[in-house]
Amino acid sequence: MKFIKFLIVGILFGVVMAKSQALSWYRIQEMFRFQSFHMYGIIGTAVVLGVIGTALIKYFKLKDVQGNEIKFAPKEKSFWRYILGGSIFGLGWALSGACPGPMVVNIGYGFVSFIVVVFFALVGTYLYGLLQNKLPH
Amino acid sequence: MLEFLMKPWPWWFSGIIIASVMFLLIFFGKSFGFSSNLRTICTLAGAGKRVKFFDFDWKTQSWNLVFLVGAVIGGYLANNYLNDGSEFQLAASTAKDMAALGLGQPKDIQPLELFSWDALFTLKGFAFISIGGLLVGFGSRYAGGCTSGHAISGISNLQIPSFVAVIGFFIGGLLMTHFIFPLIF
Repeated sequence: MKFIKFLIVGILFGVVMAKSQALSWYRIQEMFRFQSFHMYGIIGTAVVLGVIGTALIKYFKLKDVQGNEIKFAPKEKSFWRYILGGSIFGLGWALSGACPGPMVVNIGYGFVSFIVVVFFALVGTYLYGLLQNKLPH
Repeated sequence: MLEFLMKPWPWWFSGIIIASVMFLLIFFGKSFGFSSNLRTICTLAGAGKRVKFFDFDWKTQSWNLVFLVGAVIGGYLANNYLNDGSEFQLAASTAKDMAALGLGQPKDIQPLELFSWDALFTLKGFAFISIGGLLVGFGSRYAGGCTSGHAISGISNLQIPSFVAVIGFFIGGLLMTHFIFPLIF
């Protein structure tokens, strides 16, 4: 039963990815061609609210449902892994039109071929694990 | 209200809901990062026996797998029960660019030439799907996160690494869209 809340938030996430059409390859093309404000508006709104909410949580030292103070883990300091990994991710994002969340939402939406996209994303993840020590981080 | 929800959602409403998803997870004591699931699934498939990166207690991420299952259900519900059948509207300039690439008039949220089940058995369809998936999987783990972990959660926490990762997302995306697409279409 403790997992039901994550199922419900997951459903909300799937619904918003579908209803915002963020799972559409075309919308990602509009974004990378700077021809529509839609994706920038979605991410921009989420980020502005995110920055304000995160600052408020820290300022008021808010607690989570278990009563623990909410902590935000800082990202590991580095440059190369973010710029190189990010660029590789971006190449794939434009090609498949989907980042990992929208990939699986597409399957539920009815584009069953995204099962194959997810399969190859798992292969890519495995390859990273395999090559991790040889890559600049 | 229901009529509003049945139509495609405007950007501002979508953005509010995405931020709400992130904050709900934070208040449940977790964090918003979808691509971690890919690592967890590799671990479940036994990758931890061969590669140290996958040797971790996957149970710490089981909540995120439940979230993933919810996301699939959400996609199904949205298309089947929260859909008024509105025609897909693409920016006119993008529609023109798509036609120049040789894609037909958009009939659905995805170009059927690339993502229908039949397209999977064409060279172009399979290449988009396989290479696209591979790069997203590799890149998100290399960068330590995807759109949810870096662009939304990381930037909300003003993390410089996440800004760098998002710059990377755009370097890759712009390169693919403007330099590689004209070569491969």
